[in-house]
Amino acid sequence: MEAIILQILNGLDKGSAYALIALGLTLIFGTLGVVNFAHGALFMIGAFCAVTLSRILTWSHTVIDETRTDFLGNPLKVEVPYVHDIFGVATGDAIIDWAVPLAILFSIPVMLFVGWAMERGLIKHFYKRPHADQILVTFGLAIVMQEIIKYYYGANPIPTPAPSAFTGSFDFGAMLGMAENQIIYPYWRLVYFAFATVIIGAVFAFLQFTTFGMVVRAGMADRETVGLLGINIDKRFTIMFGLAAAVAGLAGVMYAPINSPNYHMGMDFLVLSFVVVVVGGMGSLPGAVLAGFLLGILESFASMSIVIDLIPGINQIIIYLVAIIILLTRPRGLMGRKGVMED
Amino acid sequence: MFGLDKKDAKLLLIVAALVLFAPFLLNPFPTDSAMAQFNAGYPDLMQRFVIFGIFAIGFNILFGLTGYLSFGHAAFLGVGSYSAVWMFKLLSMNVVPAIILSVIVSGLFAVVIGYVSLRRSGIYFSILTLAFAQMSFALAYSVLTPITGGETGLQLALDDPRILGVAQTEGGNIPVPGIFGLEMRSTAELAIGPWEFVFNVGYYFSGILMLAAFYLAIRIFRSPFGMMLRAVKSNQQRMSYTGLNPKPYTLAAFVISGMYAGLAGGLMAAMDPLAGAERMFWTASGEVVLMTILGGVGTLIGPVLGAGAIKYMENIISKINSEILHGWFAFMPDGLEDLIVALIYPFIGKGWHLTLGIIFMLVVIFLPGGLVEGGQKIARLFGRKKAADDETPGKSTEPAE
Repeated sequence: MEAIILQILNGLDKGSAYALIALGLTLIFGTLGVVNFAHGALFMIGAFCAVTLSRILTWSHTVIDETRTDFLGNPLKVEVPYVHDIFGVATGDAIIDWAVPLAILFSIPVMLFVGWAMERGLIKHFYKRPHADQILVTFGLAIVMQEIIKYYYGANPIPTPAPSAFTGSFDFGAMLGMAENQIIYPYWRLVYFAFATVIIGAVFAFLQFTTFGMVVRAGMADRETVGLLGINIDKRFTIMFGLAAAVAGLAGVMYAPINSPNYHMGMDFLVLSFVVVVVGGMGSLPGAVLAGFLLGILESFASMSIVIDLIPGINQIIIYLVAIIILLTRPRGLMGRKGVMED
Repeated sequence: MFGLDKKDAKLLLIVAALVLFAPFLLNPFPTDSAMAQFNAGYPDLMQRFVIFGIFAIGFNILFGLTGYLSFGHAAFLGVGSYSAVWMFKLLSMNVVPAIILSVIVSGLFAVVIGYVSLRRSGIYFSILTLAFAQMSFALAYSVLTPITGGETGLQLALDDPRILGVAQTEGGNIPVPGIFGLEMRSTAELAIGPWEFVFNVGYYFSGILMLAAFYLAIRIFRSPFGMMLRAVKSNQQRMSYTGLNPKPYTLAAFVISGMYAGLAGGLMAAMDPLAGAERMFWTASGEVVLMTILGGVGTLIGPVLGAGAIKYMENIISKINSEILHGWFAFMPDGLEDLIVALIYPFIGKGWHLTLGIIFMLVVIFLPGGLVEGGQKIARLFGRKKAADDETPGKSTEPAE
């Protein structure tokens, strides 16, 4: 029992990341009909937004501290971040500590801009071209983006800690009245899951309950007719692209403390996210979310030692195996709509 | 000649001449000159040119003719490498049985994967092949360690049986791959004045196989079978309406291109007898896609050019560092020199991937036909008169026969 709960919990945070990326991919595919291989790179750029903000916040100047001396007896040089000068030491430290959550605010405009620039500058010219061309050009773009990040930030992972308030672990078992220290779960992963739920809920609410969302949904169903009604659907779709980029970026920002960002993390997630999208059904938003969580949880179940003893190596291949089975038995994926990307 | 029409025969002869004289053509700069670092005529790199040429030619038979974009072709390369190394371990260090086995095994592998993946098309096919390749990679890395050597890769050992050959040489070393006694690594050097040219057995062996592969590709492109594959690409539905089943044709193309990849993998193992799982990773599959697109998808010579261009960048551009750059621009005033070096620096050395990504994007956006289309456009730009003049230098390569 404990083991099962623990595995479900373990699957949630990875599943959240899959679901968020797959949601953005599906938004882009459903609205613009573009297969975006650069979406993983957007996730990675989001994570590096967190890195950048924490670097900006810890940007410091050297001050000579007369009261202390180093081992040679000279006055000690201390690095003082500028935020200390502006906000005072206590508030400044708190701001540095909370760099990752603050990066959410920082990343939204950045990601919206990146998404907008990508759509207007490149993807726009590829609507009429075959899917293979879209895959190839976005694949090239992903390489360029990750190489730019590599050039400025280096090839090594950059640790980006969560606020110290979230560093501990949460004892689920004790809360549910079971044995203590059986089901422990880091706070930050819980935060990540809650955050993902909020974002997914917000995206759905936005599409469901606002006029803008209604127009976008109408455009997804029949772009031509919406255009004939005198609505500038292209403009709205561009905004949706920016939104999808922002969702991927936020997923990346919050993932930075879980896995230290490196330049190829986007590519690692991209392959899995595509599998997730295809399993969920091309163009189906609920399908993408469902498949994301499902595959995340399945992956963590497969890495249980009992399962591995039974079928060796299953933890490495489970996602791909599920994808192959689903693609062959349910051609449209779990919740795919009829007529979307059928061959 | 060889059942080819005049134009194709000319192309084959040109490629044959290029392969034959590559040690000269790729070493145009004297060894002690400043430009010597652009020399690509060393055995290791030349072998890679032709081996990846084979890989890309095979990939082009699938993607160029049928339009099925496989993102998992590196799996066959890896399987080919593993089978070849196993042949070295069990049978003998002769490369012929090793390469035959690697082609057969990767062909069988391609039959299985192709049969399943080809039930879908478009992006689903890409994802399925990607999933299979990633599965092979993950399994080779973990569970299949007894067969694949896991993280360290499959290597030769002194206590391997090698029933037809010798387990170890007289000096107690692991024997090296060769063909009927002629070692793959043996080279002959020729110094003419300040130039130095290297002729390597392994390179010529791979080169001859590449020519055979290229010849076979031309025959496939021009055959009724190739016509069917083009029909699969242009309109499958119409093809079925005329009473033809596209499935067997596509599967055949998939298996053939898998066998090409297996041949390339076997050759890689023959040049350097070890095989690792990273050869199957999906970035390796992405690389062959880049090569084919860059050179010109669906054209005969394109994939070879693309493979050459990418391998050249990987090995030569990545070696340039900022000191060399400063050396080049030393004639400029200091401030301008630093500025230019700073501008170029991100694109060379370790940043060669960035250059590759940008070139690749430009090719996809502006030149869907790749370098070949670029070449044709330039040729057209110079008008008919120039095109007529081009006939004469074309003839000058004919003595290669």
